[in-house]
Amino acid sequence: MKILVGVKRVVDYAVKIRIMPDRSGVFTEGVQHSMNPFDEIALEEAVKLKEKKLATEVVAFSLGGPKSAEVLRTALAKGADKAIHVQVSDAEAGKLESFHVAKTLQKIVEQEKFDAVFLGKQAIDDDSSQTAPILAGLLDWPQALYASKVEDGGSGHMKVTREIDGGLDTVKVKVPFVLSADLRLNEPRYATLPNIMKAKKKPLKNIPITELGIDISPQTQTIEVTEPPVRQAGGFVEDVSALVAKLKEKGFVKA
Amino acid sequence: MLKLLPKIRRPIRCYAAVLAPRSDSFAKIMQTDLMAFENFLGKEGVKKDDISNHTTDWTGQFKGHGSVVLYPKNTEEVSAILAYCMKNKIAVVPQGGNTGLVGGSIPVHDEVVLSMNKINKLFSFDDTMGILQCDAGFILEELDNKLSKLGYMMPFDLGAKGSCQIGGNIATCAGGIRLIRYGSLHAHLLGLTVVLPDEQGSVVHLGSKIRKDNTSLHTPHLFLGSEGQLGVITNVTMTAVPRPKSVQSAMLGVESFKKCCEVLKLAKSRLSEVLSSFEFLDEAIMECLKTNLNLHPVLNASSIPFSILVETSGSNEDHDMEKMSAFLDECLSKKLIVDGVLAGSSADATKMWQLRESAPLAVTRDGYVYKHDVSLPLEHYYELTNVMKERCGDLAKRVVTYGHLGDGNTHLNITSSKQNEDLEKLMYPFLYEWVVAHGGSISAEHGIGQLKLPYSNLGKESEERLLTKKLKKIFDPNGILNPYKMI
Repeated sequence: MKILVGVKRVVDYAVKIRIMPDRSGVFTEGVQHSMNPFDEIALEEAVKLKEKKLATEVVAFSLGGPKSAEVLRTALAKGADKAIHVQVSDAEAGKLESFHVAKTLQKIVEQEKFDAVFLGKQAIDDDSSQTAPILAGLLDWPQALYASKVEDGGSGHMKVTREIDGGLDTVKVKVPFVLSADLRLNEPRYATLPNIMKAKKKPLKNIPITELGIDISPQTQTIEVTEPPVRQAGGFVEDVSALVAKLKEKGFVKA
Repeated sequence: MLKLLPKIRRPIRCYAAVLAPRSDSFAKIMQTDLMAFENFLGKEGVKKDDISNHTTDWTGQFKGHGSVVLYPKNTEEVSAILAYCMKNKIAVVPQGGNTGLVGGSIPVHDEVVLSMNKINKLFSFDDTMGILQCDAGFILEELDNKLSKLGYMMPFDLGAKGSCQIGGNIATCAGGIRLIRYGSLHAHLLGLTVVLPDEQGSVVHLGSKIRKDNTSLHTPHLFLGSEGQLGVITNVTMTAVPRPKSVQSAMLGVESFKKCCEVLKLAKSRLSEVLSSFEFLDEAIMECLKTNLNLHPVLNASSIPFSILVETSGSNEDHDMEKMSAFLDECLSKKLIVDGVLAGSSADATKMWQLRESAPLAVTRDGYVYKHDVSLPLEHYYELTNVMKERCGDLAKRVVTYGHLGDGNTHLNITSSKQNEDLEKLMYPFLYEWVVAHGGSISAEHGIGQLKLPYSNLGKESEERLLTKKLKKIFDPNGILNPYKMI
């Protein structure tokens, strides 16, 4: 099984997001970036499957500006065998939509014959959560979304446990398939220094988006980006009876 | 980097100072005194009940017996109180955030607690020169947040930042984890407003509001680390530093202590101006973290005698990463390190720092812990651990070491399942004498306070101690400020 793993370069989760004064977007320049945490989990699972001999090759993919090469190098240090960087300009990267990413992935899958595509359940910058299901639709492959456990399902199938609102849902999907990784699937490994060194020698292929003939003109328009409303400060109460009295006063419990 | 102090309760240490008896030269507080205080501060400025958080230090190790806490709102009110107390020989203990570790900020007997909590109004910042002027009662984290909006930060960071106050930081010459980069507070202090415990409660402005002023004795610096012995700091002028835009962390596994020193040397030369932390953990503390807190090491190799946490802070991520990568390459190619991990995200960095920051908590889970805060020349830094390991033998459960290697500051911790007098007899005063004999200091950061008063002569010439006493007398003729401690 050849697995393609999508990894996105996003603003690090610990960075305090600042909105641009003209409200057209958020500041990304001079801000720390890292690999989307859910993509890290997807990558870790693919590498684990390779270690268990369930997969033969893991290829990391990123669609983005020049600096996306950094997250691909990290992916290589964490166990991917090869990397593919589909290149756009930074300006274009800011306007990419899930649909464009899915279209690009589809093209790569068709060109290089993959058996599975692993993605994070969402990117922490736009929170769209759309790439995996759109891609499954485009490829007409089964999908296993929000995976928390991946096992061999026997006879060309994989058994995937998914986290859903009511509990856990176990599905059997026929390979080839699309998977999206949830938080509890695994705990990603670190990129150790010896592996970072080795990663420098692994192949990283650059493909300009124009070569793939994919139209990335935006289908949506950002009208305005604003800060979420500020949460009001809470207060402290002395003890339980004071708390109950307060709740009654506010009408949250019946008097 | 967030440095949250774990809320831990340290057990009472039995070798602690023999409690000095109450001095008869101090007056007992009378009703008339309370009325006088209320007259200066208003009724809300004098508190007599429910004051245990002002008379107990946060470790729970020291408990005092004060009966009144005063909350002045400005310098003038402090002046009125000190003049009154001087004339009436009432002992006073100035108190900031009460986060000290040596019992320096709480009353020993019945001293009046002078809380700085309400002196937190004046704040101004020159964002061109980076000069901050503020009241002494501001909490460190509050100041840091204010400066953050202007692209600056406080030049030091410590676990207690959410509670400690800038006035107290000055009075204790706080150290912390950025010292290797920005230097001690001596490098930043420009001026102070202090109130002296003399007949007038003199308000003195020391130093100035400009970066360079070489016109007098550097008097504000006398108050750095003065532990509330000379006067009460009410306002601080100091420099702040530009807030770094890029912070990189890496954890390295090293085979020998000698190689740790070589890595430090290399880090200083290759990372130079962006190097902001160089922290040290030995295998014993890593084992302790795993057993007691289920925190697993970042490095995978089966046996790594020493781990080093390196951090850079700079203004340009590409530049910093290039330096860090080149430094790590060199460490590997020169075989100074056996393994290493470079944080790829803040999540990775948090895990690394969690190991270092949880170390003080991990040792307490052993039952009973003897903590030390000594500094040594690097050649003897880890020798102390080995010497103590051999000396304590089976009596100690663990002998672990972590600390600020870049500053020569070691936090050697010796644990046992419960308090053990035989172990104590083996350790003290041997350990402190050993440190002094090898050119170290018995307190690198925490100070003397009550805790180390019995050892305060170690490593100091008697002439120096005498001079200190004379100075104290000049500033505080009746000796009313923070008695039974330090000097």
